[in-house]
Amino acid sequence: MRILVIAINTFKEAIRDKILYNLLFFALLMIGTSLLLATLTVGEQSKIIIDIGLASINIFGVLIAIFLGIGLISKEIEKRTIYNILSKPMPRYQFLIGKYIGLLLTIAVNTTIMGIGLYIVLAINELQWGHSILNVNPDIWKAIYLILIELMVVTAIALMFSTFSSSSSLSAIFTIALYIIGHLTEDIRLIGEKLQSVTLKGVINLIYYLLPNLDNFNVKGRVVYGIEISPIYLSLVTLYGLFYISIVLLLSGMIFQKRDFK
Amino acid sequence: MHPTVIKTENLTKVFKIGFRGRRVTALRNLNLEVKEGEIFGFLGPNGAGKTTTIKMLIGLIYPTNGKAWILGRELGDVEIKKRIGFLPEQPYFYDYLSSKEFLKFYGQLFGLERDELKERIDTLLTMVGLKDAADLQLRKFSKGMLQRIGIAQALINHPDLIILDEPMSGLDPIGRKEIRDLILRLKEEGKTIFFSTHIIPDVEMVCDRVGILMKGELVNVGKPTEIIDAKIKYIEIIVSDINQEILIHGKAMGFTICETGGQVSIKLPDENQLDFMLEMIRSGKGRIVSVVPQRETLEEFFLKKTGERIS
Ligand SMILES: Nc1ncnc2c1ncn2[C@@H]1O[C@H](COP(=O)(O)OP(=O)(O)OP(=O)(O)O)[C@@H](O)[C@H]1O
Ligand SMILES: [Mg+2]
Repeated sequence: MRILVIAINTFKEAIRDKILYNLLFFALLMIGTSLLLATLTVGEQSKIIIDIGLASINIFGVLIAIFLGIGLISKEIEKRTIYNILSKPMPRYQFLIGKYIGLLLTIAVNTTIMGIGLYIVLAINELQWGHSILNVNPDIWKAIYLILIELMVVTAIALMFSTFSSSSSLSAIFTIALYIIGHLTEDIRLIGEKLQSVTLKGVINLIYYLLPNLDNFNVKGRVVYGIEISPIYLSLVTLYGLFYISIVLLLSGMIFQKRDFK
Repeated sequence: MHPTVIKTENLTKVFKIGFRGRRVTALRNLNLEVKEGEIFGFLGPNGAGKTTTIKMLIGLIYPTNGKAWILGRELGDVEIKKRIGFLPEQPYFYDYLSSKEFLKFYGQLFGLERDELKERIDTLLTMVGLKDAADLQLRKFSKGMLQRIGIAQALINHPDLIILDEPMSGLDPIGRKEIRDLILRLKEEGKTIFFSTHIIPDVEMVCDRVGILMKGELVNVGKPTEIIDAKIKYIEIIVSDINQEILIHGKAMGFTICETGGQVSIKLPDENQLDFMLEMIRSGKGRIVSVVPQRETLEEFFLKKTGERIS
C-alpha cells in the first residue's frame, strides 16, 4: 500500500520531467524518419524500419531509464525531501521499491508509446505498397517486450548507484559504462577462454557472471530476419532479468538501509 | 508518575568529514528524559547538535554510540513512527503538490482511509489557517505558510509525540505566536511536544522544561525560570519635554543619558530605580514615550554560559 503511494507519486513526478518528453519526441522522430529512409531504398523497406525503430526504442529507453533512474534517490536526498518521508512509518526498502516501481511504470508507458509509434509507421509502410496492415511483423512486440525487461535491469542498476553516490553525473557514467559492458559480456567470456592462467581465467569468469548479460535481451536481428523467437527463450530471459533485478535491488536496499541522511 | 516518552542514554554522534575522515563530535553522551504531556524545549545556538539529535530520534541517521527509546521502544522500530509527528528543520517538500495533495500523500503513508483522510485534511487546513490555500501549489507558498503546512502534515496521524525542529524559524512575531498557541493547544490535548529552537523567549513562554545544548553537550535541564537567567541588562526610558535639572540629577545617579532630536533616552542599570525615576520625570512634567526592559541577547547569554563552563 505504502509502496503504491510512493510509486504513484514517483510516476506523477516523472511525467512532469521535460527530459522525458524530449527523449520521447526524438525517439518518435527517429522512428518516423525511418519511413523516409526506407522509401529511398529498394525492397525490404519494413526490415529497415524495424531495424531503426527497435534500435531507437532501445537507445531512447535506456537514456530515459538512466536519466530518470540516477536522480530517483539522489534527488530526494539533494532536495532533502527524503527526511520527511522516512520519518513516517515506512521501512527504507519500501521507499526504494516504491520509487523503482514508479519509474518502471513511467518507462513501461513510454516504451509502449514508442512501440505503437513503430507499429503505426510499419502499418503506413504496408499500406503504401497496397498490402494489408496484418502484414506487420508481430514479432516486434516480442522484441519490445525484451527491451522493456532490459530497461528494468538498467533502471535497477541506475537506482543502485543513486543510493550511494552523491554525484548524479558519476552515477550516469557508471550506469552507461555498465550498460555498454553488459553488451560485451560475450567478448569478455571469449577473452577468458583464451587465457593461460587459471586464476585469471577464474577472475574473468567471475566478472562475466557478475555483469548483466544484456545481449540476452537483444533479438532485433532475429525479428528483422524473421527467425523464430520461442516462448521458452522469452521465459528464460525474463527469469534471468528478474533474478538479476532482485539481486541488484537487494544490494541497493542494504546500502540504503545503512546510510545516514545528513 | 508520568511515563517517559523520550529517553536517551549516552547518545553520541560522530561525523566523519572529508577524504581524511576528520571527526566531528556533533553530540556527546546525551542523557535526556521527556515525560508524557510535557512541552520540552531543546535550546542551543547554531551547530549545537539539535538537529543531529532529532535526526537520530527519527531514524534518519544512526547513533555512533549510546541508545534511545521512544514511547518505550528502542530506536529502529518503524512501527512506533505511527505515533510520532515530525517537522523537519527547513520544510523541504514536493513543491509541485497542492496543500490538499500534499496532506493526502502523507495521510496515505500512514494508511488513513479515504473518508477519514478527507475530514482530517479539512480539519488540519482550518487549524493552521490554510483553508484558502487548499489548492495552491507549495512552490507558491511563503515561508510562514510552508511552516504551517509542515506542522499540519506532522499532525495528520494524531501523533502522541510531536517532534518539531525549529518550528518558529523564519516566522514573524505574529506567526511565532500562532505556533506557540498551537503548541499549547496540542499539550491540552495530552500530547508530548519536543521542539528545538535558538530563541529564548519562545522557550520561556511555552515550555515546561528546557534542555540547553552547547557544542554537542547538554549543559542544563530544568524549568525555564530555573535555568534561563537571561538578565535584564538595563531599562530604557524614552522621554520628551524633560527639563535639564532632572537629567543632571539622573547623570549624578549614574544613568546613561543621550539626547537625540528632542527625545531623551535614559538607561537604568537596575529595575529597582524605575519607580523613582518615573516619579521624577512626571513631577518635572516630562512626557514618557516608552519604557523597555532590554534583555541579554541569546548570543550574550550563550557566551556567558560558555564562559562559565570554561572557568
Ligand atoms: N553531515 C554532517 N557532516 C559533518 N558534520 C556535521 C554534519 N551535520 C552536522 N554536522 C556538525 O554537527 C554539529 C551539530 O550540527 P546540528 O545541525 O545538529 O546543529 P543544530 O543545533 O541543529 O544547529 P542549527 O541551529 O544551525 O540548526 C555542527 O558542528 C555541524 O557542523
Ligand atoms: Mg538544526
